[in-house]
Amino acid sequence: MAFTLYSLLQAALLCVNAIAVLHEERFLKNIGWGTDQGIGGFGEEPGIKSQLMNLVRSVRTVMRVPLIIVNSVVIVLLLLFG
Amino acid sequence: MHPTGLPAAAPTGTTRQPSKRRIPASQPGMTDPHQLFDDTSSAQSRGYGAPRAPSGLGYPAASASPQATFLADPMSNMAMAYGSSLAAQGKELVDKNIDRFFPVTKLKYYFAVDTVYVGKKLGLLIFPYLHQDWEVQYQQDTPVAPRFDINAPDLYIPAMAFITYVLVAGLALGTQDRFSPDLLGLQASSALAWLTLEVLAILLSLYLVTINTDLTTIDLVAFLGYKYVGMIGGILMGLLFGKIGYYLVLGWCCMSIFVFMIRTLRLKILAEAAAEGVPVRGARNQLRMYLTMAVAATQPLLMYWLTFHLVQ
Repeated sequence: MAFTLYSLLQAALLCVNAIAVLHEERFLKNIGWGTDQGIGGFGEEPGIKSQLMNLVRSVRTVMRVPLIIVNSVVIVLLLLFG
Repeated sequence: MHPTGLPAAAPTGTTRQPSKRRIPASQPGMTDPHQLFDDTSSAQSRGYGAPRAPSGLGYPAASASPQATFLADPMSNMAMAYGSSLAAQGKELVDKNIDRFFPVTKLKYYFAVDTVYVGKKLGLLIFPYLHQDWEVQYQQDTPVAPRFDINAPDLYIPAMAFITYVLVAGLALGTQDRFSPDLLGLQASSALAWLTLEVLAILLSLYLVTINTDLTTIDLVAFLGYKYVGMIGGILMGLLFGKIGYYLVLGWCCMSIFVFMIRTLRLKILAEAAAEGVPVRGARNQLRMYLTMAVAATQPLLMYWLTFHLVQ
């Protein structure tokens, strides 16, 4: 029953890290989730898959620099305080 | 918090046309509905003026002379004026910036409740089966304050219910000799973490299915916070009558929250045609219906998960 806010923060950080390490060329293109694939026309209803691809791409773009900072801080704190 | 209520003759159901969704709700005999709280400042200042005068009479000689010499000095006069204008400027700046990050004015809308509303809403949460009209009244494209419309979401009940849940959880643990003060913090943190996870999951699924709703994040937090009321009822019954009482009351509250969430979210998530009751075929509407059902189904599950370890 120890599902605390702290563990939620840890899980969120790990998930965002996981999304950030997906390599564009070696991995995403091979499973068809590249950013230049399947953008579709300017019609309605983007569909779940293209929404997911958009989400992955935007998370990778936006969170790149903050993740560096947050990861460094967390590494230092965990080394110091366990 | 001042739940200052208008006189009970607030006509909430007089001028409502069920065929249209957004109509300006004209309510004669009521103060301006844009005003969220009653203005009692004049009464307060009058009340404080009287006690201040007798206490001031006790120290006439001591305060008069240093004050007189202090204020007579023109430099200090200017300094005081400058200081007060600087303080006003700083306050303005802080207000403007804090409004950018933390929508305080929008939050005030969710706390504009009164006792009548709270009573009716609690009754609706426990027994939503007879309520007919679930639409929120609008007034010139802005939702009416919760005080005037029982269907409007508010944050007062979820906040109070959350705090009461933490306290009742402490009480339940205390009757079983399992209490320690840090467990209170653990319970609160756990419930908050589940709430955050729910909100994030629902926002994610709303984004993935590209549903355009006017369901804001705070609205969602308000709706998801209503289940704490049922949880409190279940735990209290469990304390009084053991597991049988707990399961009975929790089962009843789970059903009520399920129906309440479906009826409320149906208007927000589903398209207008389907909300009227006419089943519209099509993959998108089906997906939206599944989403509404899923959100409503997680409420009883979480209600059970967060309370079963407290009742024995």
